[in-house]
Amino acid sequence: MYLVQFLLLSSVLFCIGVYGVLVRRNAVLVLMSIELILNAVNINFVAFGAYNRELGAAIPGEVFALFIIAVAAAEVGVGLAMVLTIYRNRKSIDIHEVDLLKG
Amino acid sequence: MTSLLAAEEASAAIQAGGFFLENVWIIPAIMATSFACILFFGKRLPKGGSEIGIAAVLICFLLSLVTAGQWISEVNRADNCVVAQLSEDKYICAASADGAGEFASAVGSAGSAVAAENDVLVDAEGDEGPAKGAGLKPVISNRTWWSNGGINFTVGTMVDGLTVALLVVVSLVSTLVHIYSTDYVAGDRRFTHYFAFLSLFTAAMLFFVTAENILQMIVGWELVGVCSFALIGHWWEDQSNSDAALKAFLTNRVGDMGLLIGMIILFFASGETWSIVDINKLAIEHTTSHTLLLIASLCLLAAVMSKSGQFFLHTWLPDAMAGPTPVSALIHAATMVVAGIYLVARLYGVFFEGLSIAGSSLNALALIGGITTLVGASLAFVQDDIKKVLAYSTISQLGYMALALGVGAWTAAIFHLFTHAFFKALLFLGAGSVSHSVHSFNMKTHMGGMRKFMPTTYKTFLIGSIALAGLPPLAGFWSKDEILVGTGGWGFFEGKPHSNGAYTVMLVMGMLTAAMTAAYMTRVMYLTFFGEFRGGHHDDHDDHGHDDAHAHHGDPHESGPRILWPLRILAFLAVTVGFLNLPPGFLGLPKGITERFGHYVEPSSAAKYFPKINHADPSWSLAIFSTIVVSLGVAAAYFYYFVRVNRQNPAGTELVGGPTSRFGLLRAGHTMLKNNYYLDHIYDGGAPVGAAGATAVGALFGVAAGSALGFSLDNGLDQSFVPSLIWGIVLGGSVFAIVSTALRTGVGAATFVKRPLAWATNWTHENVLDAAVDQVGIRSVQAAEVVYTRIDQGVIDGTVNAAGSGSSGIGGELRRMTTGKVQQYATVMFAGAIVLAGLLIIVI
Repeated sequence: MYLVQFLLLSSVLFCIGVYGVLVRRNAVLVLMSIELILNAVNINFVAFGAYNRELGAAIPGEVFALFIIAVAAAEVGVGLAMVLTIYRNRKSIDIHEVDLLKG
Repeated sequence: MTSLLAAEEASAAIQAGGFFLENVWIIPAIMATSFACILFFGKRLPKGGSEIGIAAVLICFLLSLVTAGQWISEVNRADNCVVAQLSEDKYICAASADGAGEFASAVGSAGSAVAAENDVLVDAEGDEGPAKGAGLKPVISNRTWWSNGGINFTVGTMVDGLTVALLVVVSLVSTLVHIYSTDYVAGDRRFTHYFAFLSLFTAAMLFFVTAENILQMIVGWELVGVCSFALIGHWWEDQSNSDAALKAFLTNRVGDMGLLIGMIILFFASGETWSIVDINKLAIEHTTSHTLLLIASLCLLAAVMSKSGQFFLHTWLPDAMAGPTPVSALIHAATMVVAGIYLVARLYGVFFEGLSIAGSSLNALALIGGITTLVGASLAFVQDDIKKVLAYSTISQLGYMALALGVGAWTAAIFHLFTHAFFKALLFLGAGSVSHSVHSFNMKTHMGGMRKFMPTTYKTFLIGSIALAGLPPLAGFWSKDEILVGTGGWGFFEGKPHSNGAYTVMLVMGMLTAAMTAAYMTRVMYLTFFGEFRGGHHDDHDDHGHDDAHAHHGDPHESGPRILWPLRILAFLAVTVGFLNLPPGFLGLPKGITERFGHYVEPSSAAKYFPKINHADPSWSLAIFSTIVVSLGVAAAYFYYFVRVNRQNPAGTELVGGPTSRFGLLRAGHTMLKNNYYLDHIYDGGAPVGAAGATAVGALFGVAAGSALGFSLDNGLDQSFVPSLIWGIVLGGSVFAIVSTALRTGVGAATFVKRPLAWATNWTHENVLDAAVDQVGIRSVQAAEVVYTRIDQGVIDGTVNAAGSGSSGIGGELRRMTTGKVQQYATVMFAGAIVLAGLLIIVI
C-alpha cells in the first residue's frame, strides 16, 4: 500500500489549491482552486479508507468522499451563480474589486 | 319495547370490512386532485375547469353510494350473525342466523360454547334473543405518520354509519351545486378559481368526515374554514363582501381556540391518544376524569358555536350570504356549518359523559341549541333579504340539531342534519334562481308575484318551505318530530318514561320554533311569490355584484335547465328522505322498513365507542300536536300576509297601520330584531367592550387550559379543580362582603362621635403624622440627591459610558481589518489553520 504517495499527491494538490485561492484574481479560478482543495481532501479520505481496510479496521472514510463530492457540486453551483450575478452587475469578475463588506 | 334496535341488544360487536370501507381515502383524494388540476389546467380548458370539478364530484358521489351500500350490507351481515368469541374483546361472525344449515359447520369450528348459544338462538328466532345479531365496529385503516416520544401520530380513515351518511350528503349536494353553478356563475371573471375552491371545499369536508383521529379533524375543520373564507369573499372587489369574509374567518378563530384547547385536553385526559374511537371509549368507560371531559366538551362547544352558527357566535353566518348563492347552499346551509354538529356527534361519548346528558334536564349544549333555535327563528322574521331569512333559518335549524344532541336524541339530530341538508340546499338554490332572474335578493323591493314568472322555481321552493316548516309527510316533519320526541319532555304530559332525561324546556323551545319556522316561511312565500311584482324593469342592478356579466334584462324569467334540474332533484329528496326513518311501529309497518336511517347510521353501543342512549317512544299525540302548532303558525302568517296585507295593497309588503305601528312594545321588539339583538353592536363596541370580552374569553380559556395542564401533569385528576374553584369563589366573595360591611359600619359610627374625633384627628394629623411624613420626605430627597450624583452618575453611568466608548474605540480600530478583500480573509484563515495544525502536531 503506497499511502505516502497518495498523501504527497493530495498535499501537492492542496497547496496548489491554496495558492490559487490566495493569489488568483479571477473568481472562476478561485472556485476551481477550491475544488482542488476539496479533491485533495477526498484523496486523503479514500487513501486512508483503503489503508484502514487493509489493516482490518472498519472505518469507511470513503463515504465522506461521496458526501464531499455532492456538497462540492452544490457549492460550485451556488458559487458560479454568484460569479454570474457579480459579472452582470459590475462587468468584471475580479474579486479584488468586490469589497462591499469593507468596514 | 319495540323501539330498541336489534344492534343495541347485541352485547358483542364484530369488525366490519370491505374494500371501499377500508379505502375511503380515495374519495377525498379525488376531490383534492380535482382542485390541483383545476388550479393548474382549468383556465386552458373549454369550460374553465368546471368539467373537471363536475366529473370528480360525480365520481365521488358514486363512490360514496357504493361505500354506503357496502356499509349497509355489513350492518345486515352483523344483524344476521351468530357471534363467536375469540378473545376478551374480539368477536367474529361464526355463522348467519338465517341459514340453519350453516350452523353445523360453524359449530365445528367455533366450539361448543357457540353451539349452546346457537340453540338458544334458534329457539329465540324472530324475538330478541340475547346472542342474535351483533354490533358493528367502525372500519379504521391507518398508517403511522410519525412517532415521537412514544406517541404515534397516525393518519387514516374511520368509516361507520355516520361517516357514510355525511359522505352521501356532502357529495350529493356538492354535485348538484357544481351543476347549478355552471349556470349561476357563468361568465364570472374568477370562474376557474370558484370551481377550484368548490373542489377544495368538498375535499376538505370529505376529509373531515372520514377523519380517524382528532388531529385530522382539526385539519379538516380549518380547511373548510379557509374555503368558506375564500368563497364568501369571492367578489372581494366589494368592500362589504371582503369584510364579511373576514368576519366569518375571525369569528371562527374564536371558536377554533376552543377547538385546539379542547382537543389538547382530550389528548391528555385520554392517556395521550388522538384516536376518536379510543377517546370515546375511555370517556364512556369513565376512565377519563369527568371534570376534564366537562372542560373539554365546553371548550369544544365554543368551536361548535362558531362553526355551526350557535347563539352568540352566529353573527358571521348571515353576513356570509355575501358569497355566491350556490356557495351559501353548499357551505352555509348543507355541509360546512354542520361540521360542528358532526364534531359533537363524532365525539359523542365525550359530550354525553362530559355534559351528563343522560338523566339530567338541562345542559350547556341543549341550552345553547334551544336559545339558538329561538333566536334564529325570531330574527328570520324581520329580514328583507331572502338569503338572510334562509341564513337565520339555518341558524335556527342548526340550533335544533344541537338541541337534539344535547338531549341525547343522537339519531334524530343526524337525521335532521340529513333532511335539512336537502331542503335547505333546495331553498337556497331556489332563492338563487329567483335572484338570478330579478338581480336582487331583496324581497320587498325586487320580488313579489314571482310564481307567474318562475313556475318550477315556485313549486320546488314551496316544497322546500313545507319541508322546512315540518308539515307531514315531507322530510322535515319526520326529523323535527323525532327531535321533539327525543327531548323526552312529552312524557311529562303523557306519564310515560322519557328518553334520557326530562328536557321539558327544550320541548317547549322546539315547539315554539316549529310554529315560528312555519310562520316566517309563509312570509317568505308571500313576499317572493305572491302579491304583485315590485321589481319593475331592472335598470339598476348595482346593488349586487355577480350579474355584471349578464346582459339579459326585461321581465323576470324562469332559469335554465342547469338550475332547474338540481332544484327538481332536491325537491324530490325533500319529499322522500323523511321516509328513510319512519318511527318504529308506524302504521304497523314491519321492522325492516321503519327506522332504517337510525339502524344503519347509529353506531352500536356494543362497539364501545358510542354511549348507550335511550330512544324515546314515538308518540302520536305529540306528532299531532306539533302538526297543529305548525299549522297555527302557517295560518297566522297566512292571515296576516295573504289576507290582510294582500287586501290592503297587493303590491304591499307589510300592513300599513299594522301592529308594530300601533303598539310601542311590539315596535321596540321589531327594532331589536332588526338589529340582531344588538350583538353586532356589542362586538363592534370599540376597545373597552372588546377588551373586556377578550379578557373574559381569555380568562375562561386560560382557566380551562391551566387546570387541564395541571391535572394531566400531576394526575390528581378529579378531586382538586372544582373544589378549588368553589373555594376561590367563596373566599373572594366573603372577603368582598367583609370589607364592604366594615366600610359601611365605619361610616355610620363616625356620625355619632364626629366632632371630638375630628379635632383629635386633625391635631395628630398636622403635628405628628404630617411632620413625620414631611421630614421623611425631605431627608429622602436629600439622600437620593447624593445617591444620584455620586453613585448613579459617577459609578454606574461612568461604567456604562466607558464600556460604550471603549467598545466603540476598539471597533474603530478593528474596522480596518475588514478590508472586504476575500483573499485577505482567506490568507488569515489559512494562517490560522496552519497555526492550529502546528499546535496539534506539537501537542500530539
